[in-house]
Amino acid sequence: MDYFAQQLINGLVLGSIYGLIAIGYTMVYGIVGMINFAHGDVFMIGGFIALITFLILVSIGLTMVPVILLLALLVAMAVTALYGWTIERIAYRPLRHSFRLAPMLSAIGMSFVLTNFAQVAQGARVKPVPPIVTGGYTLYEGPGGFVVRLSNIQIVVVITTVVLLAIFTWLVARTRLGRDMRACEQDQTMAALLGVDVDRTISMTFVIGAALAAVAGMMYLLYYGLVDFFMGFVAGIKAFTAAVLGGIGSLPGAMLGGLLIGLIETLWSAYFSVEYKDVAAFSILIVVLIFLPTGLLGRPEVEKV
Amino acid sequence: MDTALPDMPSTSRKIDIAFILKKSLVSALVALVLFSLMIGIRTEAGPSGQLTYWTRFGDLAMMVVAVFAGSIVIEWLRHWWGPVETIRVVPPMAEKALSLAGRLVAPALLAFTFLVPVIFYDQRYILDLGILVLTYVMLGWGLNVVVGLAGLLDLGYVAFYAVGAYSYALLATNFGLSFWICLPLAGILAAFFGVLLGFPVLRLRGDYLAIVTLAFGEIIRLVIINWQSFTGGPNGVSGIPRPSLFGIPMTAADDGFAARLGIEFSPTHRIVLLFYLILALALLTNWVTIRLRRLPIGRAWEALREDEVACRALGINTTTTKLTAFATGAMFGGFAGAFFATRQGFISPESFTFHESALVLAIVVLGGMGSQLGVALAALAMIGGFELFRGLEQFRMLVFGGAMVLLMIWRPRGLIGHRAPTVFLKDNRAISSDLVKEGR
Repeated sequence: MDYFAQQLINGLVLGSIYGLIAIGYTMVYGIVGMINFAHGDVFMIGGFIALITFLILVSIGLTMVPVILLLALLVAMAVTALYGWTIERIAYRPLRHSFRLAPMLSAIGMSFVLTNFAQVAQGARVKPVPPIVTGGYTLYEGPGGFVVRLSNIQIVVVITTVVLLAIFTWLVARTRLGRDMRACEQDQTMAALLGVDVDRTISMTFVIGAALAAVAGMMYLLYYGLVDFFMGFVAGIKAFTAAVLGGIGSLPGAMLGGLLIGLIETLWSAYFSVEYKDVAAFSILIVVLIFLPTGLLGRPEVEKV
Repeated sequence: MDTALPDMPSTSRKIDIAFILKKSLVSALVALVLFSLMIGIRTEAGPSGQLTYWTRFGDLAMMVVAVFAGSIVIEWLRHWWGPVETIRVVPPMAEKALSLAGRLVAPALLAFTFLVPVIFYDQRYILDLGILVLTYVMLGWGLNVVVGLAGLLDLGYVAFYAVGAYSYALLATNFGLSFWICLPLAGILAAFFGVLLGFPVLRLRGDYLAIVTLAFGEIIRLVIINWQSFTGGPNGVSGIPRPSLFGIPMTAADDGFAARLGIEFSPTHRIVLLFYLILALALLTNWVTIRLRRLPIGRAWEALREDEVACRALGINTTTTKLTAFATGAMFGGFAGAFFATRQGFISPESFTFHESALVLAIVVLGGMGSQLGVALAALAMIGGFELFRGLEQFRMLVFGGAMVLLMIWRPRGLIGHRAPTVFLKDNRAISSDLVKEGR
């Protein structure tokens, strides 16, 4: 039971990271109707930028950990958001009215470009970081000597996720931008006729998605203590699985799906086999799409001729 | 990038220097922010595990200047060309000339391919390259059945390639079966896996289908890596037997090919055999595809590609149509995989990554999805291009990915994008695929 509780905590933390990435997928899918295949790599870029910012901040002599974390988070979000904007501008916008497969293939190309860019620019080796947030609390000490721990970094990850989700929900539900986004999601032509700047709204969607991916990248960096240029691929597919599981196009669904995928992956590694944890996650994707194509919180898609 | 004044009348081609400079300056600024951390600062893990960094502001400045200059050139070209027409109707004269050229190119290319081992007999490098290109031509033609004809975007094609390769490798090393027995078995097994993949994805379309096939490909690869007792795990399978000429081994032994013919032994004989083997397999793929296109099943595939809903309304069984497409494509992938295993003599999961799937898909898309000649030319261009830029190995995927994006922007329908009718009233006229609106 103690073991289970510990895995539950780990799974929820991992799930928060997946959920943050999944929001980017689900938002873009909701508005443009395409899978932003490069989103996993945007997450990786976010991790790298957070890492480099940490290095600079530490080397110029900052020692207050909360200040470092906040500054790194802001820089990573801003720069990665610009990456998201540029990618949309270069690779997706010219293809908006092209044929069905074009944006998907362009996105795959973009994903390769980003992966290889990070590899060439920062080298192929794994970049380790020393633990920045240390310490934690012992929640429960079992009779067998098994300790259920909640580390500070786990608290940071969960709190950051919750705060960002609150801001983000407010953004979509209450602001002009959020209203524009929801309008574009329903009908782009009609939204344009009513004075919504569709191009700008779509750009902003990519910007927000990339910023959240950057947060996920930084949390991943803090939690696992490393980044490498290839981490975006698998994380991207898992986050996409999370978005599908929650119902693509649904924002609470993306978060729920992320948490579920994180839990399933952690529990699978804990009780069955670590080697096959990715297989488990990918199998879920297939199973969900067969039996529950609209996901947990999604709306059924109307098939039009 | 598409703010190129879409409604500007095409007569006014005055170049607005201030506008171009402003846009280029913005691009350069964006590049400065994007590259400032990623290129300006280089991190590396030090010897004792701690992270060190050094600055590369020179490279950063060069990149930003390059973006600025490139942006000026692009904007200037854009002004010069004016608005881009999206639909082009080919004039009849040009169409005739093109179709004549098209009819001549294919036989000429085929004749040349047959003669390659004769012309370049002494040049091992060219023969090896030819085998590689033909392998991708075959994979491209195989995937073309799924993507080009049936319109099912398959990102996990490498799975079938892997199944074929491992079928042959394991059957040959464990049971000593010969290549010629294993080849059909590898095809059948791959086709079986194709159906296995086909069943769950029957109801999926477009992007969803792509992601599920991608996941399938990854599952197969992960299983190969982790099922060590069966597949050898990351170490792969080595000592895979080389192919024989219907039982005659291509070795220097007494009963070998050279000894029986009474000629001097040369390792090139085996390479030439491999060359003709893959050529025959590729041509088989091509021939079967061309014949299938004329059968009801082939027509059903193409109907499915254009509009699935209409297809169902007309009473076409989409289940069998999709499954046969997956199975047929997978079977050719399996053949190619068996060939790959026998050619390499060693296979490991590293050869079957997602990049391989994407490369084959890029070949099919560049070739124009459905055009057999286009796929062959695209494979030649892609693999040949990779060889030309071998010195730039580390930028390979950067160039490949960038080319894919540019290609989608410039010619989303590929090099030879056309629709050739399978039934016609008076004359057989192919039209540009820009004119059809694929079922969205």
